[in-house]
Amino acid sequence: MKNCLVVDDSKVIRKVARHILESLDIHVTEACDGRDALTQCEASLPDVVLLDWNMPVMSGMEFLQELSKTKLDARPKVIFCTTENGLGHIKAAVEAGADEYVMKPFDRDTLESKLQIVGVI
Amino acid sequence: MSDGVARAAVAETSRTSFTSAMRVLAGLLESRTGQILAENRIWRIETALKPVLRANALPDLEALVARLLSGTERQLSDDVVNALLNNESSFFRDLQTFDMIARELLPHMQQTRSERVLRIWCAGCSTGQEAYSLAMQFRKDQDRWQGWRISILATDISTAAVARAKSGIFSQIDVQRGLAITDLLRFFEPVGDDWKANDDLRRMIDFRVDNLFDPQVPGGHYDLILCRNVLLYFSLDMRRKAFQRLAQYSRSGGYLLLGAGETVIGQTEEFASSRDFRGSYERRGGPGEIAEQPIRRAR
Repeated sequence: MKNCLVVDDSKVIRKVARHILESLDIHVTEACDGRDALTQCEASLPDVVLLDWNMPVMSGMEFLQELSKTKLDARPKVIFCTTENGLGHIKAAVEAGADEYVMKPFDRDTLESKLQIVGVI
Repeated sequence: MSDGVARAAVAETSRTSFTSAMRVLAGLLESRTGQILAENRIWRIETALKPVLRANALPDLEALVARLLSGTERQLSDDVVNALLNNESSFFRDLQTFDMIARELLPHMQQTRSERVLRIWCAGCSTGQEAYSLAMQFRKDQDRWQGWRISILATDISTAAVARAKSGIFSQIDVQRGLAITDLLRFFEPVGDDWKANDDLRRMIDFRVDNLFDPQVPGGHYDLILCRNVLLYFSLDMRRKAFQRLAQYSRSGGYLLLGAGETVIGQTEEFASSRDFRGSYERRGGPGEIAEQPIRRAR
């Protein structure tokens, strides 16, 4: 079973994402900010990270930068999941190492298609 | 009263779950397109027609049918048919099928074609995502197809869907379904809250309004026909007729791709399951009956 770390400061978004991901037979863990997510990645590497952009303590972009500096056995796929849909934001996310980008609110079909594209399902 | 609406009214069945208005509307769809609105899709009628009711200040389906039966408004009848057609589509729908096309089928065609010409027909293209996905695939493999003439014809009976496809404009929700972010950045540009396919991509595809049962598309033998998630809306009899059409337009040895869950088995002898390419069907026998004609390039 694949593992997904859902990183979002919104409890509601985490709940919605969990519901969709579990329906796709994916095991879910949660983090409420980038720092928490980094700690969890160091302890146990997920297959994919669903990553919010704006979060307290450590943002999604800061998490990506820190992740690239952290020595890990492998690198999880990262799907940015945000309300920012400007071209500048998308390019910045891809340049920072995001594998995919999804706009909130998302539905099951959208998330499923992104997980297929990054090869998790 | 227009012919289509009159036939629809006459074709009312006794299925009890249909209201009288729904029977007429389902009959109109069938007479104009051949598509059957099965009982398990009847719920769509009211939802699908809400925008038409609003735009024409009509209170309910009964009022809409009354206006249709007056027979003076072809545009209204077109709008109803467009609204009832299922235009669901997404980029690279059924990713495994597209992987097979990109990695196996197209390279095979490239190796076996004697001319450097490849003709593809997306029959029932809806709002165009399938055709754009193919166009993107050719652009991503540009080196492989250097010197080839690739024609992508994409047709649908829905005037609204084809107009949208031609515009190349897709919503944020559309581009999120199946389109990789790298493809979005490479082939699309933002237009307000939407995204527009670039000129190069749009020039590669010839979008046309066309009826599968009475095709006006250029004759010629297509190397690959995609008719996915289209025939499931037709009766067995209509599906058989559609397969005859597709066979006439397919080159001998050409390939047909249907949607997941669709098959030729028991419906046509003109195509057989391909041994080499999973989920595809190969045209049997000699060349199609329609003489080859030059294909007009998309303007």
